[in-house]
This record gives sequence, C-alpha cells and structure tokens, in this order.
Amino acid sequence: MLKNYFKIALAVLKRRKFFTFISLFGISFTLTILMVATAFMDKILSPDYPDYKRARSLYVSTMEYKNTKEGWMNRSDVSFYFFEHYVSTLKTVQKMAISSNAKASNAYVNNKKLVIEYKYTNADYWNVLEYRFLEGKAFQQREIDNAELVAVISEETKKAYFGDAKTVIGKYISADNINYRVIGVVENVSKTLYNFSGDMYLPYTISKDYKDIDLMGGYNAILLAKSEADVPKIKKEFDQMVKKLPLPKDFDKIYCNADPFFANITRRIAGGGTSNGLTKVVSIISIFTLLFLLLPTINLVNINITRIMERSSEIGVRKAFGASSKTLVYQFIVENLVLTFLGGMIGIILSLIAIHLINGANLISNMHLSINFTVLFYSLIACIFFGLFSGVYPAWRMSKLNVVKALKAQ
Amino acid sequence: MIRLQNIEKVYRTDTVETLAINGISLDVAKGEFLSIMGPSGCGKSTLLNIMGLLDEPSKGNIKIDEQDISRFSDQKLAKFRNQKLGFIFQSYHLINDLRVLDNVELPLLYRNSSAKERKILATAALEKVGLSNRLKHFPTQLSGGQRQRVAIARAIVGNPQIILADEPTGNLDSAMGNEIMDILINLNKNEGTTIVMVTHDESMAHKTHRLVRLFDGSQFNNQKLC
Repeated sequence: MLKNYFKIALAVLKRRKFFTFISLFGISFTLTILMVATAFMDKILSPDYPDYKRARSLYVSTMEYKNTKEGWMNRSDVSFYFFEHYVSTLKTVQKMAISSNAKASNAYVNNKKLVIEYKYTNADYWNVLEYRFLEGKAFQQREIDNAELVAVISEETKKAYFGDAKTVIGKYISADNINYRVIGVVENVSKTLYNFSGDMYLPYTISKDYKDIDLMGGYNAILLAKSEADVPKIKKEFDQMVKKLPLPKDFDKIYCNADPFFANITRRIAGGGTSNGLTKVVSIISIFTLLFLLLPTINLVNINITRIMERSSEIGVRKAFGASSKTLVYQFIVENLVLTFLGGMIGIILSLIAIHLINGANLISNMHLSINFTVLFYSLIACIFFGLFSGVYPAWRMSKLNVVKALKAQ
Repeated sequence: MIRLQNIEKVYRTDTVETLAINGISLDVAKGEFLSIMGPSGCGKSTLLNIMGLLDEPSKGNIKIDEQDISRFSDQKLAKFRNQKLGFIFQSYHLINDLRVLDNVELPLLYRNSSAKERKILATAALEKVGLSNRLKHFPTQLSGGQRQRVAIARAIVGNPQIILADEPTGNLDSAMGNEIMDILINLNKNEGTTIVMVTHDESMAHKTHRLVRLFDGSQFNNQKLC
C-alpha cells in the first residue's frame, strides 16, 4: 500500500510542477532558516570549546539588589571580592574559574590601531576551562601572586600583532602602553561564548578593581562540582550563603544565583529577582518558531487543498472501490510527508550551503556553525510538523467528499 | 441479491427541492443481468449510485445479500463495497498517474493483499479483458475501448458478486461497445456475476435479462427479455 502511495505522490509532484516548486521552495526555505537558527542555538547551548564541563558546572554572573518597599532595583555583574570572600568558602565547590568582563585596549602595529579585548582571570580558570594551547602555557598561582605582567593571547591576536612569527613566547605585547610578556597562545574561542572569548588573558592581580569591597563588580565565575550529582549541593550551599550576605544600604533583598549554563544566559536577558527568565525566553522562542512555521504551513494547507480537490475523481474512485475516509486521510498525509521530506532534503542542502557561507564570511568572530545530529533531529521534527499540519486538514476535508460529487467533478 | 424498498431521493438546495427518485422498489436476483433505461435526468444514475452504496437514499431501505446496509459505518460500508461490488463508469475514471496494472490492483489495495497476490490477480483480470500486453501503459496511452476494458478489469479483479455499470458503452463506437458488452455478458454467464447496467442504447439493453424503464424518478416498466 505504501509503495502505491509513494508512486502516486511522486506522479502528482511531477504532474503539477509549478505547485511542486512553490511547495518545495516554501518548505526548504523555511527549513533552511530553522536549521541555521538551530545550528546557531546548538553552538551556543551545547558544550563547546573551551567550556566542556557544563554538566557539572554552575555559572554566576549577576548580582541584584532590591528595595521591595520603594521598588528600586540595582543589577550588575559580580565583584571579585564576592567570589573570593564568600563563594570560595563553599565546601561543595571543587574549583572556581573567575574571569572579568572583556575590556578593550588599544595596541598599535605598523601605525595601525589594533583593538585588543582582554580579560582578567584566576589560576583555576585554566583548570576548569579546557583551552587548547598552541604554544606556551597558562599563568600559574605564582605569577598571579607576584602580579606579573604576563599574558596568554589568542591565535588571532598573535597573527594580528606579531604577523607570521613562528613563536611569540617571551615576546612582549603592548596594550594601552603596558608591556605584557606573552607566555601562552590559545586557539580562538567563538564570540558566541562571550564569557570565554578574548584576545588576551591577564592575571587578575594586575587589575585595578579586584580589591574593591563591594558585591557588585565586573566579574563572573564558573563553579565546578566534583560530579554531576554534586551540582544541586553547590546550588543549595550557594543559596544559603547568599541569604547571609550583608544587605547594602537602602536595599532589603539580594539576589544572586548559581545557574546552569542556559539559565545563566536567560537570567541576564529576561530574569530578575527569583525568576531566571528561562520560561519567558523558552516561551518567546517557541512562539516565534511556531509563528514562523505557521505562515508557510497555512500556505501549504492552501496549496494542498487546491491540489487535493483537483483529484476529486480519484478520491471518488478510491472510495467506490473500498477506501474508507480514514484510509484516504492516511494516504494524503503520507503523500504530504513525501513532499515535506523532499523539501527537507533540499533544505539540508541549502542549509549546508548557507552555513558554509556564514562560516566563510566570519560574521561572528571565530564562530564555526555545523550541522550535527542534534540539528538534523530538530529539522526532522520540523519536517514532521510541516507534513502533518499542512496535510491533515486538506486530507480530512477531502475524505468527507461525497463520492458521487467527487466522481462528477472530473 | 439486491432489494430496494420505496427508495426516494431528494436533492435540496437553499431554494429548490428536486425529487430525483420517487418511491422505487426493485429486486435484482442473484446472477441476473438487469438494464435500466430512461431519458436523461430520470434518475437512472442516481438509482445505480444508491444500489452501489455511493449515495444515500432520502427514504427507503436497501438490502444487499440479505444485509441491511442502512446502519453501516463509513468503515464497514467501505469494506462492503470493496468485497461485494464492482463499478464501471461511462468516463472510465481511471487514475491517469498510475499504470494500467496499478489501476487494476486498486480494489485489492484496500484488502491488504500482498503485492505478489495483487499482481497475479490484476494480470489475470487484464487477461480476461484481452489487455495483458498493456500492463505498463498509462491510461492516457490507450484508446477509449481499451480504457473501458481496464475499468472492467478493475471492477472484476476483486471477484465481486455484483457489478454496477453506468453507461459502460456510452463513450464508445458501436464495435467497441459490442466488445465491452460481450465481456459483460460472458462475465454474467460464466462467473454468475450479477450485473446492473444503466444504458441509453436499446440494442445493448436487449442483450440483458431484464429491462427496467424509468421516467421522472419513477419506475414505469419492468420488461423481462430472456
């Protein structure tokens, strides 16, 4: 039976070439956009270089004060002081990677200005995150304790600043008129991982603000648990510690959270107070995706109705010879799935081309999108969504056709 | 085999009611070859469609093979049509996207027969109508007579007890029409298939066992021919 459905589906596709083109264009174009978007989301959300230990990590990046009576609110990144004085006392945290937000400095190469984004980090930053060193190594506790002017630079910075020099270890890089001795070169990190990407990494002890006694500052941290099972324990201990923080003047509540990776992002975008913004962000993305899928689906429904009604005579014949309404609905859904999967395959090819072009254009620095099984899986889901939703209604309408009227329609 | 009791069919639109069939009662015996004649619009095809369970009467009862089909669900009706009835239409109603063999296999698709079994039975049916050399052709590659023979093969492939033919020779010249008629007569004679045929052609009707004439939705003549 299925073979017969496939045969007829392909024959119908061949017969109405213009309709087929419009349908396939709609499906493949929509899927291409969805697949590129999924590849982008996957790039952001899946463990990626250098942050591979997400399953046993919690991320801290916002501090919020609230005056619940007056409705005031103050929100910022977190201070180094907070991590050093409070978080470091937590027993369940195995290691803590602290880094500052990226700051821009200017360097000059052959009289050309080069903007170098740098970050301050602690020693464990290099143990928690798995940067790949192309040469040299990370700075250790000794260099941090001595506030040495040493730097780990990215491959991109090496090329931009030193040109084609084979090795740059021991050489000096000058940014904002301060000379740093290069002790390591790491592979570039995609800009989508804004917490970890940078052109240059420096010991925090040479920063000006790490001693500021304040809960708010310009730092964030990853709290690494011994095992995945320990993650909730860290969360619990962290929350208890936050409750004991001294309240700043004029405020009666402090909110600071250790979140999983995605919740950490959503908290920054849409969170506040006790809400991590996850539901809000997921809902917005889902509604947007649904609407985005709905438009071509409605278009496909229309095309399918026209297509199916053209085949009234065939429907009449099939009913006369024993097809029930249910069987016909099944047949037309199968036919529609053939169409959508064909569109899906074209969509995959178009996505590969689009991703190749996006990667080549380097739209976001060092971001390399790829189509992997996760992306393909979601595309398959989108195909099924298309196939079913755009096929069910026309198929149902068609199955309700009166046989005699259907036969007369020829 | 077929029993129609006081069948009425009314077509309603917002403003008009048309009585297409007005209280027809008719029995068709097993193995009988019955023809129905009458002027255009007298309700011949409507009656045939009601007999074939393609249309519902507004009033009256239909029994086929002693079964009252008025309470059948869509699923049961479909199964009943598939197993007991075969249809031949004036304009053939073949599916042009499918090859001849696939067209003939169609009723067997809804019986869950295996592909092998379907192919054997469809080939045999096409042999009976003399078209075993056209299995891979598409309907559009055939003449009118050949198409109607494919339609007959499709109607008989499932070995139904009843065949309902709506002007099967209506679109054919007399030579082709006679050929088709011979096939139907042989089917009735050799296989014992009950056939009800609507026709405009008096000479074709006179080759059947009995002729029923309709006028304005009513039966006005029932003539035994042989």
